[in-house]
Amino acid sequence: MQLLNTELQDQIRDYLSPMKNKVTLMLFTQESPCETCTETRQLLREVSELNPLISFVEKDLIEDIRDVDQYGITLTPSFIMLDSDGNYRGVKFNGIPAGHEINSFLTAIIDMSNQEFDYEKSILDRIQKINKPVNIKVFVTLSCPHCPGAVNSAHRLAMLNKNIEGEMIEAQTFYQLSEQYQVSGVPKIVINEKYELLGNQPIEAFLNELEKI
Amino acid sequence: MFSFSVEKTSEDAQFYKTTYWDLIVIGGGPAGLNGALYAKRKGLNVGVISKEIGGQLHNTSTVDNYLGFQYIEGKDLSHQFLSHVNSLEIPVLKNVTINQIHHINPHFELTLSNGKIIKSKTVLIATGGAPRKLSIPGEKEFSNKGVSYCTTCDAPFFKDKHVIVAGGGNSAAEAVLDLVPWAKKITVVHRSQWRADQILLDKHQSIEKLDVFLETQILSVLGKDNMEAIEVLDKKTMEKRIIEADGLFIEIGNIPNNHLVKHLVTLNDAGEIKVDSNQMTSLTGMFAAGDVTEQPYKQIIISAAEGAKAALAISQYLNHTYKGE
Repeated sequence: MQLLNTELQDQIRDYLSPMKNKVTLMLFTQESPCETCTETRQLLREVSELNPLISFVEKDLIEDIRDVDQYGITLTPSFIMLDSDGNYRGVKFNGIPAGHEINSFLTAIIDMSNQEFDYEKSILDRIQKINKPVNIKVFVTLSCPHCPGAVNSAHRLAMLNKNIEGEMIEAQTFYQLSEQYQVSGVPKIVINEKYELLGNQPIEAFLNELEKI
Repeated sequence: MFSFSVEKTSEDAQFYKTTYWDLIVIGGGPAGLNGALYAKRKGLNVGVISKEIGGQLHNTSTVDNYLGFQYIEGKDLSHQFLSHVNSLEIPVLKNVTINQIHHINPHFELTLSNGKIIKSKTVLIATGGAPRKLSIPGEKEFSNKGVSYCTTCDAPFFKDKHVIVAGGGNSAAEAVLDLVPWAKKITVVHRSQWRADQILLDKHQSIEKLDVFLETQILSVLGKDNMEAIEVLDKKTMEKRIIEADGLFIEIGNIPNNHLVKHLVTLNDAGEIKVDSNQMTSLTGMFAAGDVTEQPYKQIIISAAEGAKAALAISQYLNHTYKGE
């Protein structure tokens, strides 16, 4: 059975129509136990079939250890996006981007494909100056309307600076990890395991925290 | 089974092709989207700027009082609104905030967070509201450590836990229903009597794990790393007591999002924008609709209707009163 009905397929095809360059979706799964691996695989496959510029590759957490190490994969299902040159640009999703998160997924595909970012020059300059390794975790629930904005910001920062990695974490799938980070409200943004932001913050708020590192 | 709430809007580049707008709508909730729809049908050159599409519609899981829909999820109604707006090819700029609005008589200039400046003959403020806070000790400290303002977002974190719902209006009554699939126990605490619709309260009758304490005021939120309890005052006996709980959902209404215009237009004591019978604010050419205005009944259908009324009045204004080019 299809995850996306004909109406959704049309909407997503239309959403992805501005794509200019190739994007690769690389999914990491494992046989078991893996909550939502099957559905995430199906979603990525169905979305990749809606635009010829999207490629879909699947890797195994155990067998493809080189890729797992290279891209810092620790959870399944987890997927990353590679740009048209095959480079990892720090864009990672942990868990299925369904519900409202379909929007952060589709936006990330467009951003990765077109590399057009509508920020003021002063903001772009601030992003460029971040010269230490940064990991941004954005915990979300699929029913959270404010979360895709925060995920987009983290991913755009990652695409604009190679020192930055941005990852969405679907809090219900990774319940224990969420408890470990004491997540009880979303979006919750954790920067380098230390700094925390709550809510859908503007990019300036992210930068204010990143500049403290 | 998973659902998907695709929010497709026009491309940003499309929006920036227009250099001088008839109307810019600020806000993507029911008032803003319906205002845009009516304005476009009148032939106005209209664009929408909104941080998030749907506005507060997304904070409600189900809607059963919008004529024509006996039962629809908030996100689905929002999706229907957006699809209708998209069908008329109205440009919508998302994920951008407005830093400032300048009135350069007779038109307006809006400075965006990306540095761009938008010029428009009229502006419709449909910025809605943000959750009102209790303003009690511990509320801020335990925000997202038990204290939450979004039931649809955060209910899953309270599986098999005891949660408090603060409030007595429809939002609080609906929050109880949203929490039923998750929480082990739900306690409503409200400082006065229920104001919620009877039809919602009737649904509460069968919820065995629900306790309701009316005429009870929440004094503080207590805890260490996370929230662990609230302190309340029973207003009938004037006795204070502690209620242990893992979460507190605050559903006590909204405060108007007026920060962009509070120096430009007349507000009432609650900070809501005063409008005339045509939804025009005290500043000529600036209109307002929906929960940001002083009309007392914050309902989806009323906001949508106000948006329509504003758009029709704006069309009249541009045809007969507007003095610019």
